[in-house]
Amino acid sequence: MTTQRSSPFDTALRQGAVAGGVAVLLSLMGMVEAFSERDIVLGAISMGMLLIVGIMVIFGSSAARALPENRAGVRLGASALAGVVGEMFLVGLVILGQQTNLRGVFPNASPVLWELLRFGLSAPVAYLAMLGFGAGCGVLGGGLALLSQRFRGPVIVGVMAVVMIGLLEDLIGITIASNPLFATSPAVETANQFFLAQGVESGLTEAGAVVVFLVASTLAYLWPSLRSGARSRTQVLPAGRRAILPLVIYGVFVAFLLILPNFLGPYLTDVSNLVMIFTLMALGLNIVVGFAGLLDLGYVAFFAIGAYTMGVLTTTAVGGEAGQIVWGPGFSFWVALPFAVLLSLLAGVLLGIPVLRMRGDYLAIVTLGFGEIVRILALSDALKSNVGGSQGIVEPAVPSLGRLTAALPSQHVYYYLLLACVALVIFIAIRLRDSRQGRSWMAVREDEDVAQAVGVRLVSTKLLAFAAGAAMAGLAGAVFASKVGSIYPHSFDLLKSINVLAIVIVGGMGSIPGVILGALVLFGLPEILREFSEYRYFVFGALLVAMMLTRPEGLWPSSKRKQELHEGFGPEADPPPEGVAAPSGAGSA
Amino acid sequence: MAILTSRRIVKRFGGLVAVSDFDLDVQERSIHSVIGPNGAGKTTFFNCVTGFYRPEGGEIALDGHMLVGLRPDRITRLGISRTYQNIRLFANMTALENIQVGEDPHLRAGIIGAIFRTRSVRKEEQETLEEARRLLRFVGLAGLGDLLAKNLPYGSQRRLEIARALAGKPKLLLLDEPTAGMNTQETSAMTAFIRRLRDELGITILLIEHDMRVVMGISETVTVLDYGEKIAEGPPSEIQKNPRVIEAYLGRGSAARMN
Repeated sequence: MTTQRSSPFDTALRQGAVAGGVAVLLSLMGMVEAFSERDIVLGAISMGMLLIVGIMVIFGSSAARALPENRAGVRLGASALAGVVGEMFLVGLVILGQQTNLRGVFPNASPVLWELLRFGLSAPVAYLAMLGFGAGCGVLGGGLALLSQRFRGPVIVGVMAVVMIGLLEDLIGITIASNPLFATSPAVETANQFFLAQGVESGLTEAGAVVVFLVASTLAYLWPSLRSGARSRTQVLPAGRRAILPLVIYGVFVAFLLILPNFLGPYLTDVSNLVMIFTLMALGLNIVVGFAGLLDLGYVAFFAIGAYTMGVLTTTAVGGEAGQIVWGPGFSFWVALPFAVLLSLLAGVLLGIPVLRMRGDYLAIVTLGFGEIVRILALSDALKSNVGGSQGIVEPAVPSLGRLTAALPSQHVYYYLLLACVALVIFIAIRLRDSRQGRSWMAVREDEDVAQAVGVRLVSTKLLAFAAGAAMAGLAGAVFASKVGSIYPHSFDLLKSINVLAIVIVGGMGSIPGVILGALVLFGLPEILREFSEYRYFVFGALLVAMMLTRPEGLWPSSKRKQELHEGFGPEADPPPEGVAAPSGAGSA
Repeated sequence: MAILTSRRIVKRFGGLVAVSDFDLDVQERSIHSVIGPNGAGKTTFFNCVTGFYRPEGGEIALDGHMLVGLRPDRITRLGISRTYQNIRLFANMTALENIQVGEDPHLRAGIIGAIFRTRSVRKEEQETLEEARRLLRFVGLAGLGDLLAKNLPYGSQRRLEIARALAGKPKLLLLDEPTAGMNTQETSAMTAFIRRLRDELGITILLIEHDMRVVMGISETVTVLDYGEKIAEGPPSEIQKNPRVIEAYLGRGSAARMN
């Protein structure tokens, strides 16, 4: 990243010091100890150990990458040194922690932690082992950096697969055990015992880890040739059959999504529902922020309006008694749903009108205020008889379609409902993006004044972005209200707006698949790793910072944003001489 | 016949009078230059015409339509397009998309049509794309349509900006220093191109320019601004000899020496 090269020794020291600092921080925060409860590979690597290993490997690797490429030995040495320096911090911490009592300041600085960091060994040997361990991890990272791209990718994919499956082991186990298709099959039972830790233990077995790693990395290694092979084979197909191919792929994908809840079991289906609610919101916010470039920090307000509309229009707890609201028509879910969407859409337009002239920071502040106003109104005494104040609204209607839904568990009903909503919203978002409207949004995002000067109607363009985003949030809110079964003001705080914005940013602004991936990563994973929920926002924040530094375009950027951030020369850079071949859109490869 | 007329235009910024009682008549199908030293009020006047600024006094009319007080997009829809002194493309959109946005005033597709992608919307989108390709070829950028605007070389960016302006099908095109930052060769190519715009498309051109070879080479009329006031107007040959112009550009002493 830096153009100026410093000496290998300095580089190693610097990277090692950062690694050590991070490792000490995570240890004192209690993450290492808490995460040690979970094994990734049974009895070999716990998630807590993985944290330390991960840190040393990453900074060992960045030490190697900061050095000239032609000196492999020096690079490896530097990464080993970085790992050693990193572990020296931990050794220092352990010694300090055992001499003095740190627990007054750091409640997590417990003997258990020292024991963990010492690998359960006793004093002098333990410290040597720690330093050696650091060197080993550093070299591992350095080795990764030395590998060619062709091999590095698959190795990383393999490790990720082991970590993911190891983490999700108990869920996979439960899902398999609770599925009537699998539970009785002896083959599944044998495989299960071979791969997964049983009973109270967690993680993969050692054999399982090796197999998962080999399979994942081999697949990743062969992927490019498999893909090009498939492509060349489809190329020779007659045109008619080639046109059918995407339909077949889509069909298989849709069928997979449709039968998925049968395999997921009730808990994971519920998690998917939550992820889809956030996906709906994020897809809406993506239009406002990603397409039109209007920073909206009060987005949760529209979610709230959708939820409250659903609540007021459908609740049966009406009459003004304790815990009841005064008026409600008692509509069915399906009658109330369009009202909820329409009302949110109107609210979007109403918010849009006064803020038309505002830009950037100012817009952000005003929308922030709007979000809070809606929440405080919902909480206020003035509207208590209508929306229930802090007691909220209970018993909103559930979606039902007679016999069709009666046979399904409620999670499945919401799963299919949300799946349909997400599909519809994606469809609308894509159509709008690829239309005249989408171009106008992009133009406004790029340069509002010039957009207007070439004839774009600013008012309708901006209002439409607000309205479309708000309607999607309203839809999400209405389904959310029904699914949760109660509507309370505290569900609609600022944090929710920020979370949804984080999904859009982490996923990749303006990218529809990115938004879905972002919702999965930021809301699917934490739900699955519930026992670590106290570290959720720390990880969230760290992830945001790391992303913005290393991958500002998001996890799955729109092809255009990738070009924006990683190639080409900005308008302020020196203009290239005429005749020099302009860089082609290589980013899409 | 004058296509654009301005009468007694006044624009102040605080105490500074940027344009003062400025009258201008731009004849239809002419190439008309506005020149003057830096800070003379040329770009300010352009901004008044296109609706970026609202002048404190005076009137501007295009073909009899009063422009003062109209929003920029309305003025564009009436038939005035412009380019900018410092290029202002939609940097992170492709060249084709830039032009397509410029075609917006002539599009009819609504939001419902866009979602259902009706037959008429599909047809319109197809035509929009073809028109954008045609304009790209016209300005000599054929084949570069899928590059991001910011990745184009400087000279091509200037051409793309003109293509975007042409997409609005203007009657009057305002060019703000179209040859700024160009070498001799590029400048003469641009000069020939501007002449083609008028000769082939029949568009009236109003241009701000510092390069005197360009100004004297292609303009039928030259208007000279200094400190916001018009100090001379006429065909290039007269302007070149006008002592007040020489004084404004080179200072009082040099004007005296030249006489």
